[in-house]
Amino acid sequence: MRAKDLSYSIVIGLLAGLGFLILIGPVVIVLLTSFTQGRSIRFPPSGLSLQWYQLLFDSVRSSQIHRAALNSLEVAVVAMVGATVLATLASVALARRSGTWVRALDTFFMSPLILPMLAFGLAALMYFTFMGFRPSLALIAIGHVVVVAPLALRTTSASMSQLDPALLESSASLGASWLYTFRRVTLPVIAPGIAAGAFLAFVGSLDNVPISLFLAGPRSDMLPIRMWGMMESMLDVRVAAVSGVLIATVLVLMLVMERVVGLTRRLRD
Amino acid sequence: MIVDTVKLGGLTVAATALVGYPVALVYLGAGPRWQRVILFVVILPLLTSVVVRTFAWIVILGREGVINQALLWLGLAPAPLRLLQTEHGLVMALTQIEMPLLLLPLLSVMSRMDPSLRDASAALGASKWRTLVRVTLPLSLPGLVAGCMLVFASSTTAFISQFVIGGNRLVYLPLLIWQQSLVVYNWPLASVAALTLLVSVGLGVTAIAAVGRRSRAYAV
Repeated sequence: MRAKDLSYSIVIGLLAGLGFLILIGPVVIVLLTSFTQGRSIRFPPSGLSLQWYQLLFDSVRSSQIHRAALNSLEVAVVAMVGATVLATLASVALARRSGTWVRALDTFFMSPLILPMLAFGLAALMYFTFMGFRPSLALIAIGHVVVVAPLALRTTSASMSQLDPALLESSASLGASWLYTFRRVTLPVIAPGIAAGAFLAFVGSLDNVPISLFLAGPRSDMLPIRMWGMMESMLDVRVAAVSGVLIATVLVLMLVMERVVGLTRRLRD
Repeated sequence: MIVDTVKLGGLTVAATALVGYPVALVYLGAGPRWQRVILFVVILPLLTSVVVRTFAWIVILGREGVINQALLWLGLAPAPLRLLQTEHGLVMALTQIEMPLLLLPLLSVMSRMDPSLRDASAALGASKWRTLVRVTLPLSLPGLVAGCMLVFASSTTAFISQFVIGGNRLVYLPLLIWQQSLVVYNWPLASVAALTLLVSVGLGVTAIAAVGRRSRAYAV
């Protein structure tokens, strides 16, 4: 091997190693920290125990966290359903069409991905306030639908573009109605894309901070906002335990989705 | 404050690209089995909550955090360094928080790249550096540009990370929006700040796209 190539391998290898360490290290550190025996957050943990998980699952002493977690779950399910329905309809409408309008609409639907969500959160708060609504879980769910719908649209329209138009034509020429074709041909083909999109929308809503920050009220506490509050006090090791539960949940869901619909490949393409 | 926010975005993009691009190169050279593992490692942090990842960096960057303990143990620093509430600490944390956003579009482009082009470059006697600069980099540029745009947009508005790791001493636009709207209820000022953020992010993203187009023309 030439000296130049050796320097390439060393430099790229070191940088990539750093990259992998940065990517996965924090997740591992949080997991290990959550099993600490001590009373403060530090790494490496001083002795292993499950005490913080015990405290976290104590329905009396952690009732506020449980309330927030239930709220978040509830909103995430509603937002997932809403976003998935909207994304499926949008992708059916936009599929295999071109033109200025279609491109403009596509950009419009995707814009929440790149525009600051915080600005949208503030706008939503002002809008709902001027309309006379009080903060509620329903409003949070509506806000979440707007920002997680693009995630669902991405995977759904990707699988839509792989649908062979000849299938639709033959279904129509055999006398099937539009709805029947959609139900028996389109839907089964794009179902994995929809499922992957629904999963992303669910996780996106569960983690959402910028919208919940503005729309959550004292009666509609959301899990990420509560965790933020617990972090500000810096003393509560339960944050680590909540993080552990969240990481484990996402990991399990990811493995399931990978098996069922090939999640990672869909996210990449 | 506008300058600080845009600067934070720029620094994060630079740091993320510096360590993220080599990760993509390793992915490019790996077999299908390892490619799946790498993809998994990239996506897992993306799907774990931003609050969880921010929390992790408090554990890492704190006075008794992982980095300080390592530095003291190695004898590289006489006393714990202050990493929380500093700009470089924040950039470090944002690098991890935003890296999946850079890598996904990048890996997408790389997985569609024709491997025979790199083989041809090597067979014609080009060094690995030359192949990287003249073949791989130009071909993967669209993915890199798309990733940088996402990282810029996301890091400039990452309120929780900026606030929890940056603290009160580093004030960015998102903090101003939050303070004005939910703490002192000055909605007009909050709206101005939000619009300013919207415009700065828009301009930053457009600038990155323009640089991408320029360098593509230059590379070919």
